[in-house]
This record gives sequence, structure tokens and C-alpha cells, in this order.
Amino acid sequence: MIEKSENIASLEEQFNQRIANGETIEPNDWMPEKYRKQLVRLISQHAHSEIIGMLPEGNWITRAPSLRRKLALLAKVQDEAGHGHYLYSSAETLGTSREEMFDQLHEGKAKYSSIFNYPTLSWADMGMIGWLVDGAAIINQTTMAKCSYGPYSRALIRICKEENFHKKQGMEIIATLIASGEKGKAMVQESFTRFWWPTLMMFGPHDSNSPNSADMMKWKIKLKSNDELRQRFIDMTVDQALAWELRIPDDKLKFNETTRSWETGEIDWEEFNAVINGSGPCNHERLEARRNAHDNGKWVRDAARAFEEKQRLKNKSAA
Amino acid sequence: MNEKTFEYLLRLADDRLILGHRLSELCAHAPILEEDIALANIGLDCIGQAKFLYEVAAELEGKNRTPDDIVYFREAIAYKNLLLVEQPNGDFAQTIVRQFLYDSFGILLFDKLQNSSFVPLAGIAQKAVKEIRYHYRHSSQWLLRLGDGTEESHQRTQEALNNLWKFTDEIFLSDETENLLTEEGIAVRSSSLKEEWLKIVTELITKATLSIPESGVKVYKGGREGKHSEHLGHLLAEMQIVARSYPEIQW
Repeated sequence: MIEKSENIASLEEQFNQRIANGETIEPNDWMPEKYRKQLVRLISQHAHSEIIGMLPEGNWITRAPSLRRKLALLAKVQDEAGHGHYLYSSAETLGTSREEMFDQLHEGKAKYSSIFNYPTLSWADMGMIGWLVDGAAIINQTTMAKCSYGPYSRALIRICKEENFHKKQGMEIIATLIASGEKGKAMVQESFTRFWWPTLMMFGPHDSNSPNSADMMKWKIKLKSNDELRQRFIDMTVDQALAWELRIPDDKLKFNETTRSWETGEIDWEEFNAVINGSGPCNHERLEARRNAHDNGKWVRDAARAFEEKQRLKNKSAA
Repeated sequence: MNEKTFEYLLRLADDRLILGHRLSELCAHAPILEEDIALANIGLDCIGQAKFLYEVAAELEGKNRTPDDIVYFREAIAYKNLLLVEQPNGDFAQTIVRQFLYDSFGILLFDKLQNSSFVPLAGIAQKAVKEIRYHYRHSSQWLLRLGDGTEESHQRTQEALNNLWKFTDEIFLSDETENLLTEEGIAVRSSSLKEEWLKIVTELITKATLSIPESGVKVYKGGREGKHSEHLGHLLAEMQIVARSYPEIQW
């Protein structure tokens, strides 16, 4: 027993050394159980966010106001399904099946990005999700693309390329609406006002309140703190919003000349906690939609399996 | 002749748009993640083909209408798509059977349209037929899986077939517009494709252990003249609401 734990201690030491050296960890490499667990949690949360994230945008595909926008939005939501697909695959390399991850999601045990529990109420929201939500995701994910786990890091590099395109698409929707006159601009402002604070919440709790951070930083599965990333987003986005002459819904917002940074008022943490704990405006609808798709699809998956089995038996008897 | 060609292009485009729109309704609600990706992809192809066809139609019409004007500011009675493609998604069996019945026709039609004397249409058909071959591969493979899968999937698929088969007669009705354009080498007479289509679908349906419903009364037609099922109006109401609510906004 002593020998075994010594063995693990030395493996862990080697592991930590590899991470410190900037090596990537691959699926068959030894890793501490906690590292594996944290990664499955992280990657499956990201995968769930992609899949749940299809819903608020999917809500507008059938109403997209031009053929070009309809094609672009459908393609974008399809990209998200694709991201979900390879993120689930990337989590599967750690020994958790997609089915298990789905079960956790459907039972309400898994988390996903809080932003998707807000409704999409106007066409401008399609621009806002691209500009703000994808913009925030890019800041998170480009940092994470340098993380220590190979499959996740590689998935993120690919995802970020597409997310950058989505963000540009979103900004283009907004710029076009603003340029088209008062009504378009009003639609953008209304949407921006709704999305501003929930987007800032996407970066998670304050660092002082972020329970998983220390281990994750050590293992390089988190490289920057929540507050650091949030500030980077704020500084970038405030300038963009001002360039578009949008009103930012924060009376306390001011530029700090010393830090050369924008300071905001306090996030409504009560709302944040409610949303991540299942009581946001659309938590129920989002999970319900996914559960329905999954439950209604059971007979299809059963049929596909039964068919494969029949084919296998046929081929076997033929051989 | 231009007027008739415009009408013909509109029919082709409306078929593709409405079918694509139906598929797009499923985005994020498919039974398997892989199918979310596949159905969205097929929907994208359909709507993309429609867009090309509307562009050519709009230019030919010469009335300064854009494809979006044609799509978003047209009443259901002016839509010329087949009744089959506007039928609701229903369960996955219904979606697949609808797609299969259309794809097996689409392959034949767009293959022939590659030789259209109307060059822009021939060009679109060359690209489209490649895409529709993939769609056919997808829908026919699912037809086999569902038909010869479990008892439940078999039953659901047979029901879908029973429900949708009645809309297939309409596909092969050729009217004066089509006949005239066929003589000009622009169009393809749909009625000339029926025999081959029936051969293909019979083979697949039989292989899927399903049976072809008896052809009943032939009252399920009229899409080409704008006489639709009630479903189309609702589909368009949703599709057109934003564009019509803000006609002054550039999207």
C-alpha cells in the first residue's frame, strides 16, 4: 500500500513537471484523477453550452428576415452542433461517454453557460449573441486553447476560428441594423441593454468566489482568472459600443485613467446565482427542449441500433 | 417565353425553399446530434439552391424585385411549391419519408436539368444535383434503418409513407408551362420521370420491408397553381413576420 501511494506520488510529480515544462497531456498518459474529473467537467460544460446554445439562436432561424441571414444563421447553429460534437468526443477521450454526459445534462446535474438561459426576443439578439456572447466566449477560449490537455486544446483552436467568424457575422448584423435608421438602431439598443449584464456574468463569479480555480491554474486547465478575462472583455466591448453610440446600461461605468481600464458597477450576483442554479428566465425551457429532443429520438436511435445488429448478423451468416 | 421560364424557376425555387425551411425548423431538435448537423446541412443546401434560382428568376423578370422581395413579400397563393414539401415535419419518420420521396425525384430532375438550354439553370442544376445525391443517400439510408429497424420504427415509417404517398401524384403532373418549356429544351417534363422514380422508390421501400400504399383519389394537387394545404400559410407567416414588420430596415 505504501509502495503504491509512493508510486502515485512519483507519477504525480512527473505529471506536474511535464505541465510545468509546457508539455501537453494526451489521453493515454497517466493523470491524477482530479485532473481527469476537472477536465471532464470543463469540457462537458463547454459541449453542453454549444448544444443548449443552439436553442436561443435556433429560435430565430425560421424568422430570419432575408435569405442571406437565414443561411448564415442556420450555418452558424450547425457549427455549434459541430463544436458540441467534437467537444463530446474530446471529453470521451477521458473515459466518460456522450450518453453519460447527456444524462447529467438532462437530469439538471451538469452546468452550461448561464447566458443561454436568457430569451432571444428580437432579431437584433442574433447580432448581439455574435458580438457579445461569442466575443466573450472567444476571450475565454483563446486563453484555454493553450491549456495542458491536448485533445481539448486542439478542439479549441478549431472552435475559435469559427467563433471569430461568428463574432464578425454578429457585428455585421448590428452594424447593418444601425445603419438602416432609427428603428434598426432602437432594436439594437434594446437588445444590448438586455444582454450587457448577462454577458458579463458569463465569466463566472469573482476570483475570490471561484472554488475550482486554484487546482485548475496549477494544472494549466485554467490560465487566466475570471476577473482578468472579464476586464479584458469589458475594455474591448465598451469601446466598440461607444463607437456605435450605444448607451451602456451602467450608471457607475467610468474610465480609470491610471489603469487605462473601464470600471463597471457591481454585477447582480443574486441573479447570477439564480440563473446558474436553475431559476433563470429560460432554464426550464432549455432543458425541456433538449430532453424532448432526446426522448422523442429514442425510437430512432433504437431503430438504428437494431438495424446495425441485423446487418451484422446477416454479414456474419453470409461469411 | 420569359414569363413561363420565370414561373418554372419559381416552382423549382419554392420547392427547395419550403423544404429547406421545414428542415431548418428542426435545428437543435433532432434525435441525434449527428442528425442536427446533417439536417441543417441539407436544409442549407436546399435554401442555397433556392437562393440561386430566385436570383436568376428575379433577373429574368426584370421588375427590380430582389430574391428577398419574392420570398418575403409574396402570399401563400402565389407560392408554387409542391404540397409534399410543405407538409409538417411530424416525427423523424415523416421527415425522412418526405425527404426521400422528394430526393428520389430531385436527383432525376436536376440530373436532366443540367442539360437545360437555359444556361443559368443548367449551371445551378450541375451544382444542385451533386448535393441532392448526398441528400438522397442520407434519406434512403435512414428509410432502410427505420423500415427495417424495430417494430415501432417500422410502424411509424409505414404510417408516414401512408400519409405522404398521396402527395406524390402531383409531382409528376405536367401542365402547359412545363410542356412548352420542355419543347424549348429549358425544362424537363416531370411526367417523363415518373416511371424511373417509381422504380427507384419501389425498390428502396421494398428493401426497407415497407409497402407502397395504394394510390387513392387524385385530389392532392394544386401547389403549382398556388392551391396549398393550410400548413403553408403558417409557415410563411413565421418566415415573413420580421421582414414585413420592418419593410424599411436593411437586414
